[in-house]
Amino acid sequence: MTTSAAETGLARCECCGLVSAPAVSPDCPRCGAPLHLRKADSLSHTWAYLIAAYILYIPANLLPIMETRSILGAQQDTIMSGVIYLWVSGSWPLAVIVFVASIIVPLAKLLALTLLCISVHMKTEWRSKQRTELYMLVEFVGRWSMLDVFVVTVLVALVQAQSLATILPGPGVIAFAAVVVISMLAAESFDPRLIWDPSNHNSDNRENLRGEPN
Amino acid sequence: MTHDGSVAEYPTERLIACPDCDLLIDDVADAPVGASVRCPRCDTELFRVREKSFERALALSLGALILLLLANVFPVVGLNIQGHRIDATLIGAASRLWDADMPLLAGLIAATTIAIPCFELFSVLWLAWPLSRGRRPLGFVILVRMMHFTHPWGMVEVFMLGILVSLVKLVHLAEVLPGVGIVAYCGVMFLITAISASYDQRALWQAWEGARP
Repeated sequence: MTTSAAETGLARCECCGLVSAPAVSPDCPRCGAPLHLRKADSLSHTWAYLIAAYILYIPANLLPIMETRSILGAQQDTIMSGVIYLWVSGSWPLAVIVFVASIIVPLAKLLALTLLCISVHMKTEWRSKQRTELYMLVEFVGRWSMLDVFVVTVLVALVQAQSLATILPGPGVIAFAAVVVISMLAAESFDPRLIWDPSNHNSDNRENLRGEPN
Repeated sequence: MTHDGSVAEYPTERLIACPDCDLLIDDVADAPVGASVRCPRCDTELFRVREKSFERALALSLGALILLLLANVFPVVGLNIQGHRIDATLIGAASRLWDADMPLLAGLIAATTIAIPCFELFSVLWLAWPLSRGRRPLGFVILVRMMHFTHPWGMVEVFMLGILVSLVKLVHLAEVLPGVGIVAYCGVMFLITAISASYDQRALWQAWEGARP
């Protein structure tokens, strides 16, 4: 038998961890941060960010992220062609890292959050613990997708030898950075406690940390 | 004992709510040092009992700020393409994007790699110094709230990996010359990671409550 804080009208302050009643004081009595039983409009905000990220994922991969100009001519590179270059020039561990970080991970994050949103809509109790772990993984991994943006930044900063070789950033890098930022915002706006709401039962018992009912 | 569910019956100072599954749990005041206290339902770590050391946070943040300054002043890495020598600094890299008509992206890079880590380190320094002497820092609440907001957007380690990947790409084409900046920034990465690992929200607020105003 378990009780969630929200069922008893209590909310945990995101910022300082204090448990208090929003009905009594809408801001946390200790630190003043606004209190919410659940993140405000969590699902609709997450869906909005997800849809925007899916749409931007297309130009992020189709448009070139950088252009290399040399005496041999101008060459445009997308994320995928950068991976192929690394592989072909012998750095296949890095090719795998960039492929995973820049192509697989952003898409997998969006799919995972979509799955989580759908499961919350369906109010299922299916594998709640694993779904929470999935959410924590998505949150943890999110920032690493910025890798390709940083690679382009460093290459552009270094290769500025005019006619010998010059690298310029392409429009794809803006779309890609936007996908990363928006998917991080999507993960931030999703409230993992929604996963557990269908499992809560109205109950007189609270469990303490030793597992004995009160 | 029956509850009618009214909020007033719960003395909330004794309560913890799991941040991931919202389970309402009685607080544990006597856990031994080193113990990891976990949610009985979803097994997330609620908190870990540590020897709270503000002196350590002070030392780490001061060291990291000095290294961050060095990382910005000295070039991170240089490239020699057939005699043509270019050195890149952190801010220089962001400004190249600015020049290429991508001001928002330049701002994002500068924020995630320099501004936000700098703010975090400065805040830790500002807060740890008074707390290590048992006093409440000025602006504690606003700084902790801002840190909570900006923390996910500090990306020093991702940038480090990005630099490494670019260097590998370039090593075939030209002579790569690592500068003082890259060692300094690597140091910032390790120290920031150490600070984040030892950050304990619960202990921080307990220390603030126990400190003299």
